[in-house]
Amino acid sequence: MSLDRRSFLGLGAAAFAGAAITPGLRLIELVQARSPEEAASTLKRWGLLIDTTRCSDCEVCVTACHTENGVTGHGRPATDAQWIRKVTLSDKRTGHAQALPLMCQHCEHPPCVDVCPTGASFKRADGIVLVDKHTCIGCRYCVMACPYGARSFIHETVTGQKPDVPRGKGTVESCTLCVHRIDRDGQPACVDACSKDGGKAMVFGDLNDGAGELRQRLRREPSIQLRADLALNTGVRYQGL
Amino acid sequence: MATIHYSELDGRSAGFFALLALLAVMVAGGLGGAWYMEHNGHYVTGMSNRIVWGVPHVFAVFLIVAASGALNVASIASVFGRELYKPLARLSGVLSITLLAGGLAVLVLDLGRPERLIVAMTHYNFKSIFAWNIFLYTGFFAIVAAYLWVMLERRMNAYSKPLGLLAFLWRLILTTGTGSIFGFLVAREAYDSALYAPLFIIMSFAFGLAIFILVLMAACGGTRRPLGDAIVVRLTALLGQFVVVLMYFVVVYHLTNLYFTGRHDFERFILVDGGVYTALFWLGQVLIGGMLPLALLFHPIWSRSRRVVAAASVCVILGGLAQIYVIIIGGQAYPLVIFPGKEVASRIFDGVIAIYAPSLPEVALGVSGIALALVLTAVALKVLPLLPRSLADRDVAAVPPGNA
Amino acid sequence: MKFKRDMRSGASGATVFLLILAGLAAVAASPHARGAPPVIKIEKPGQCVEPTALMRRDHMKLILHQRDQTMVRGIRTTKHSLKNCIDCHASPKTNSVLGKEGFCESCHTYAAVQMDCFECHSPSPRAPPSATKPLAVRTGAAAAGPVAAARVEGAAR
Repeated sequence: MSLDRRSFLGLGAAAFAGAAITPGLRLIELVQARSPEEAASTLKRWGLLIDTTRCSDCEVCVTACHTENGVTGHGRPATDAQWIRKVTLSDKRTGHAQALPLMCQHCEHPPCVDVCPTGASFKRADGIVLVDKHTCIGCRYCVMACPYGARSFIHETVTGQKPDVPRGKGTVESCTLCVHRIDRDGQPACVDACSKDGGKAMVFGDLNDGAGELRQRLRREPSIQLRADLALNTGVRYQGL
Repeated sequence: MATIHYSELDGRSAGFFALLALLAVMVAGGLGGAWYMEHNGHYVTGMSNRIVWGVPHVFAVFLIVAASGALNVASIASVFGRELYKPLARLSGVLSITLLAGGLAVLVLDLGRPERLIVAMTHYNFKSIFAWNIFLYTGFFAIVAAYLWVMLERRMNAYSKPLGLLAFLWRLILTTGTGSIFGFLVAREAYDSALYAPLFIIMSFAFGLAIFILVLMAACGGTRRPLGDAIVVRLTALLGQFVVVLMYFVVVYHLTNLYFTGRHDFERFILVDGGVYTALFWLGQVLIGGMLPLALLFHPIWSRSRRVVAAASVCVILGGLAQIYVIIIGGQAYPLVIFPGKEVASRIFDGVIAIYAPSLPEVALGVSGIALALVLTAVALKVLPLLPRSLADRDVAAVPPGNA
Repeated sequence: MKFKRDMRSGASGATVFLLILAGLAAVAASPHARGAPPVIKIEKPGQCVEPTALMRRDHMKLILHQRDQTMVRGIRTTKHSLKNCIDCHASPKTNSVLGKEGFCESCHTYAAVQMDCFECHSPSPRAPPSATKPLAVRTGAAAAGPVAAARVEGAAR
């Protein structure tokens, strides 16, 4: 019995599709721009890799973030919001000095999400930890709970918000990984700025994408999580610490 | 065999109205402070992104913890069947409700968005111990209100034992939850300890009883109702025992921390060079809140004086406020240890002891919580028959069993 | 005796009550009672995304539903998005939906329905697309063309 060309092609396509859904294999999403109707999905997990050896005392990431997200200061550093900050470290014994940017670590098991009484602090399907300002009552328990001091409470009336980034008095906020840019297939503003004007220390990508640059680097080079002892499985990893 | 006669306070004297007026002014001050903080935003307070819970929370937590403990006297009566405490059970129940109301009012008014209280009461994340607490507090109001009703309504007296047991268990869970609000925080050196749950339980016993003793003495003294030694001696002994256990937990907490090398820096901060926190710990918590009341309450001669007992109760309360200040504010002032072994610096005060200076609106709000609790208690005493006409020895020792 | 006294105090109470009612009615009927009528200026051409009657009644339901979709699930369809509403309805003069003649605020003030949306949300439209720089493309997606074949990946995570 011989197969004509049409049937052969049909069988081949079916076999291909069958192979695609065999256990152990996964179809990842089409490599195209994400459409607005698509919800964020657990297939992706956004992360950052920060190479602190390329980090000096420049602060372009901080400036870019605060410009992008409309985070204005009021000359009151104790109460002004800070979504990302540069931290300088100096070893107590050896004196070795370093610098790094510190922002919300977008943990897989975020303490801030666990403790929020109303569920306003939540983790989106793709791993980004956000605050739903509609439900936030401003109790600041998440600020107490965050091991990285990443959360800020808004201490004054806010005006001049960016249309993409709503923020207001009496709620808590932190780095959103520029979720409004990510949903339009962009990168966080800090990563853009670092790549362009900074030390090229930051890499953004999908931690679930084995072929992506982020995972390749994490596999090849050593990196750590901050407060790894807490087993939070952070989305942000650091090198050179 | 005499039964206990309860009656409302007369509540028409100039002194009573003056008290109500004073307390009302304090409550109004707190409301004004809360409005000022909410309208302008919290930058007008001493709180910051490093110290997010300040003086209002110190008072709120103190009142909530004391509220739970104030129910102790009623529990000893209903659950453990001690006749001597039965005449005090009604006042104990009402005081626990009013103290909790005062504490929760302060907590809610300090929220960044207090108008979202409805959201807090309808959206629960049950992984959050804070959400559990909100749920337990509202339940506490309902249960104690029911408990009070079955005590006040003679036909329902038989139910005072089961409801008393329910209230007792409920408040043990509630206070465990309040302590766990801090104990469950892995991020901070000061917290992250299972010891906070039992510590808060014993704090509630001590602070609640101290407040109860003072309110009882004031209510009986102000209305010239006799208060016999039998009751005062028992309450005195009980308070002394609670303070001993409280000191025990404090010692265990610090000794354990001192055993962990990693916690030495934090312990040095609290015990040695933390400035105001060290002073509040040694002078406030240990000396005024511990050693002094123990000396007064266990002294064979001094402890027999009503004034000394009242003074000891005041000391326990002041020591309690100092303890909670050190726990809440000291615990936040000490920096997060994100990079062990490194000195850390940033523009937003990483790695340094945070500065906190209480502001007037915060203090006004915190103090108004106490005022609210007291004014509600005073009004309750006037409106409901909560206080026996006489607590003299001959009247209380003769209470027949089963009469709540 | 007591009955007559009760009747008199009852009558005076009723009179006061009726007077108050009459006063309120007079105030309510006056032309100043309802405040300035809302100013609804539709400056952009074209239709709204939903019929006017539905919008008047249910715009809040649409906004709330969209907010949960966007906030929690990351769905950013534009039809019911708040930014889309503002882009169209913001006054070109004030560049805002707030203000005495703002599209949202004038109606809400008239209806005495408080809205706290704009404590957080910007009342101004986004800059037109031509004015913004294109977003930098993510590394790793540089090869993105139109529909590429689905990539089958091994279980390596």
